[in-house]
Amino acid sequence: MQVAALENGTAIDHIPSDALFKVVTLLQLQKLNNRITIGNNLKSGKMGSKGIIKVSDKFFREDEINRIALVAPNVNLNIIRNFEVVEKKKVVLPDEIIEIVRCNNPKCITNNEPMKTRFHVIDKEMVELQCHYCELKIRKEEIELI
Amino acid sequence: MSPKSLVNIGDYSREDILRILQTASRFKENPNRDLLKGRVCATLFFEPSTRTRLSFETAVNRLRGRIIGFSDAATSSSTKGESLKDTIMMVSNYADLIIMRHHLEGSARYASEISPVPMINAGDGSNQHPTQTLLDLFTIYETQGTLEKLAITVVGDLKYGRAVHSLIQGLSHFNPSFHFVAPEELAIPEKYKLFCDRQGIPYREYTDFSPAAINGSDILYMTRVQKERFTDLMEYEKVKNVYVLHNEMLSDSKESLRVLHPLPRVKEINQDVDDNPKAYYFQQAKNGIYVRQAVICDLLGIEVE
Repeated sequence: MQVAALENGTAIDHIPSDALFKVVTLLQLQKLNNRITIGNNLKSGKMGSKGIIKVSDKFFREDEINRIALVAPNVNLNIIRNFEVVEKKKVVLPDEIIEIVRCNNPKCITNNEPMKTRFHVIDKEMVELQCHYCELKIRKEEIELI
Repeated sequence: MSPKSLVNIGDYSREDILRILQTASRFKENPNRDLLKGRVCATLFFEPSTRTRLSFETAVNRLRGRIIGFSDAATSSSTKGESLKDTIMMVSNYADLIIMRHHLEGSARYASEISPVPMINAGDGSNQHPTQTLLDLFTIYETQGTLEKLAITVVGDLKYGRAVHSLIQGLSHFNPSFHFVAPEELAIPEKYKLFCDRQGIPYREYTDFSPAAINGSDILYMTRVQKERFTDLMEYEKVKNVYVLHNEMLSDSKESLRVLHPLPRVKEINQDVDDNPKAYYFQQAKNGIYVRQAVICDLLGIEVE
């Protein structure tokens, strides 16, 4: 992919192809005016197919970037300043996930009141969540984003 | 510090549970006191439950408190589309404590987070009903003289039975052992078996309800097997008479065994058991009043002599 090198900003690599647009949404890239390059279905030796996102002049806060751990736990995050990678980061699944995931229980209060959803991460490795309100446990493959 | 609200039996530590049971036994000695004089308690029953509501209201009335509220969502503003938040905010302007039953799961946790006054969950959908668990524990304590190291046989719908799930959780502080007796379709869910494994609680599963599952036990906890829980009605027909307790099944059980049931009972305890001194389900229901008095006073920081 021919893309101008990033002078300053963040490059997110090794995004699973099927999660790329979820990552875009979770980082709310659609609201940014920065220059953004998005590539998907690129060849990857490690993953077969991957996505990549480069955002100029944007350095995400930890809590912003950790939102994507739910859908893309193994991404590489490169912080670039002056065309150099100055820091490599991994995303970390937070202990609590607020306002990102929908509860799968139709009888849960969160699906019936204008309120924020809240989940506890009860298994970081297997990515298992538990609704703070109705206590339903949700496995990784059942996770539905709001 | 005592919890501000009672939403889930898991919110109560071993010490919290024992404190409530101790207070409840004082109320059993004398349930008529002036402790809530000048206080207003709200009973918000978005879903009708006559038995639970009457028990709470009796608890408050016998302590000279006043009650406001509704017994059916049809008579509340939720039919006009008012959010739960707004109802709770309004009622907390009027009452010192809110007792709520709601058909939506998690509603009690949410209400407790927004309510400036203490909240008691009187049942949120199929999720939690912690005062039922506390009255079960009180009854077990009362009949056995301890909660420690008891053998408990639970029978019936162990898959959906909220009372059973919370009882396992509540007893987990006291080194119990369990016999789980249920038809295959209503067997105890994997997550409760895992919970027992993690807590080092021994258990055995039976699909056959026979004296073998009862004889070594201290408590026999019966629950209803409901027809509507079965996907295959043939299955229901096969098992509907299997999980029924008859008086003769108790003949070789321990002298100190007591039979409990969260009620209402349908057919799962034959009426010939009622006159057996081991039958204790009606006394168990009565204990609900004392336990609820204890929880209310505990949450309001009222000392009980």
